[in-house]
Amino acid sequence: MKEHLILRVISKELIPFVMLFALYVQMHGDYGPGGGFQAGVVFAAAFVLYGLVFGLKTLRKVAPVAVVGALVALGLLIYAGTGVAGLLLGGTYLEYGPLAHDPVHGHHYGIMVIELGVGITVAAVMITIFQSFAGRGEPEQD
Amino acid sequence: MIAANLPALQVVIPLIGAPLCMLLGRGRIAWALSAAATWAGFAVAIALLVAVIEHGPISYTMGGWAPPWGIEYRVDYLSAFVLLIVSGIAAVVMPYAYHSVNSEIPESRQRLFYTAYLLTFAGLLGMAITGDAFNAFVFMEISSLSSYVLISLGRSRRALYAAFQYLVLGTIGATFFVIGVGLLYMVTGTLNMADMAERLAAQADSRVTLAAFGFLVVGLSLKLALFPLHLWLPNAYTYAPSMISALLAATGTKVMVYLLLRFMFTIYGGGLHLGVAPVYHVLMVLGLLAAVTGSLVAIFQDNIKRMLAYSSIAQLGYMALGISFASGTGITAATVHLFNHALMKGALFMVMGSVMLRCGGTTIAHLRGLGRRMPLTMAAFVIAGLSMIGVPGTVGFVSKWYLVQAALGSGFWPGVPVAVVVLAASLLAVIYIWRVVEAAYFADPDGGAGAIEEATWPMVAATWILAGGCVVFGLTTDLTVGVASRVATLLLTGAP
Amino acid sequence: MAANFVYVFAIVIAMIGFYVVIDRGNLLKKLIGLNIFQTAVFLIYISMGKISGGTAPILYDGDAPFSNPLPHVLILTAIVVGVATLALGLGLVVRIKEAYGTIEEDEIQAQEAAEEDGP
Repeated sequence: MKEHLILRVISKELIPFVMLFALYVQMHGDYGPGGGFQAGVVFAAAFVLYGLVFGLKTLRKVAPVAVVGALVALGLLIYAGTGVAGLLLGGTYLEYGPLAHDPVHGHHYGIMVIELGVGITVAAVMITIFQSFAGRGEPEQD
Repeated sequence: MIAANLPALQVVIPLIGAPLCMLLGRGRIAWALSAAATWAGFAVAIALLVAVIEHGPISYTMGGWAPPWGIEYRVDYLSAFVLLIVSGIAAVVMPYAYHSVNSEIPESRQRLFYTAYLLTFAGLLGMAITGDAFNAFVFMEISSLSSYVLISLGRSRRALYAAFQYLVLGTIGATFFVIGVGLLYMVTGTLNMADMAERLAAQADSRVTLAAFGFLVVGLSLKLALFPLHLWLPNAYTYAPSMISALLAATGTKVMVYLLLRFMFTIYGGGLHLGVAPVYHVLMVLGLLAAVTGSLVAIFQDNIKRMLAYSSIAQLGYMALGISFASGTGITAATVHLFNHALMKGALFMVMGSVMLRCGGTTIAHLRGLGRRMPLTMAAFVIAGLSMIGVPGTVGFVSKWYLVQAALGSGFWPGVPVAVVVLAASLLAVIYIWRVVEAAYFADPDGGAGAIEEATWPMVAATWILAGGCVVFGLTTDLTVGVASRVATLLLTGAP
Repeated sequence: MAANFVYVFAIVIAMIGFYVVIDRGNLLKKLIGLNIFQTAVFLIYISMGKISGGTAPILYDGDAPFSNPLPHVLILTAIVVGVATLALGLGLVVRIKEAYGTIEEDEIQAQEAAEEDGP
């Protein structure tokens, strides 16, 4: 897609805003519409756009397969780890109350961290799916 | 603290093991991590069963949200028993897996293989422990999706197509199940199983509850491969990696039988006041058909793994038959058979895995003369095979004894004809087991393939644990029948 | 009938999807049918949570009737499951195409019947 100058410039301009919007959706997830699932997909969309316009090779430099794969596991670990933290602090599994002195704050922190884990995993999974499907078939030019 | 959180740990340990395995699992670490998680899960399951026997049912609130609003994990006799079966079989399969997986799965894929295995394990345990209907669906999909992956990793390209067929049919089954749960939620306004049961008991029969029952039974029957919804099973078990065949044949469909029992009896309370009696007749007919056709088709299979898969369909027919009597003995028979079938089918598939390792295939031609070359392995096959037939002194006899008793307990009609058909199907089992024994002990080995020797010792040991279990639990039935009969009272009367 | 219009509609969609799964031999079309089937179930769930005149379940000052948010949450989970199933199914189709050279069911079965029962 080297010749499509407009596409390349516009997507370069657009990608930071897509990512910013993803972070907005992520951070608002705990008290407004939004959350990890949606944010993860929006965040991954930025990478997919980048991969479509600049090619899979460039995308692999930005988001190496090994790193993205590790992020899938990391997000899940954050989620499960938060659950275990609640358990270790004397509550039940996934109970957020004991995470802080004030249970209300505990719930706030708990859901933030959980959503962060969800967001990381969803984004990484979407990027992995894109990379593995796009990587099949003919080797691309460039 | 650990004791109070056992129900959560049961699922959380393998669930945390999976990402850890993906992050760290180079070389042997993947196997070691999975084995550790599996054995820890087994320990938790034993502790849970002991706790349930001593103190009665355990209720655990996820995240501290009290049921019926939050997700409740509920362990009673039935779920503790199923947890024990699943984690016990997995714990025995793990030492076996090491050499078997090394020979069948390329090293670059082993990390993801074990990750998927741990997810399957977590999903199976989760289905058995959860007290929330929708949560059961989520765990069902966790275990199914990862088992599609595991099956597709088989050596031949047919494994891919088998996995795809399983994916399509499995998803249809799960979707039927989720429609059923949705309809139940519509009438009861709750997803908690105990709460649902209470509110359904107060319901007069309505078309929605009936439709929900239909969707649930059909969906679960598809998942547990009840004849004639079994088409995905033979290929999936035949072409999956040996370790996965052993694990899934012994546990995968059992958990679906558990869910069927749970929904039919705990939630619907048998459902007879709602007018679902015809379903029991259908189950009985299908169970009998499964027992006969499964055994018949098994006789004509050339590939022994496929033969065992068809035999599984027949055995699942026995379980459906036990359920269809809706009597104490019938449910005892079905529940005992969950355990017994896991033991014998696990052992038989593990033998086939060893044969695969040494001979590179599992057709009847590969087995010629193996009785002398792999004496220990083939002896395990004979014992588990005898159990499959139902020879006294083995677990197979115990299940059939209760099944025939349940049949006779339901009166002359349909009791006596059913008992006759069950015995006839057992005779068919004699034929298909005999074909293998004949090839292994009485046929001359093909040409100079003298290099074939006994499988590695962990594989032989693991196979023998299950084969030995077939005899031990065939002679001492206190644990299995004891728990199973309490399960029957629990399901039929609601008393723990 | 009018009140249950949505359910009838959803069941019709579900059966269309189901029919595609059963009738089409192309594995890709099977997956599409499967997805339609699942989506119809999402519709059943979502419409069961709706209350006539109900608003979004967000806290307001007043006491407006609101739709039941629980089915939405359940379906969010089910959608994720559906996406995972679709991705896995497509992955399998790609590998089947590489292994068999076709994604038509009858051709795959013909190839399997032609070769003798493998290991």
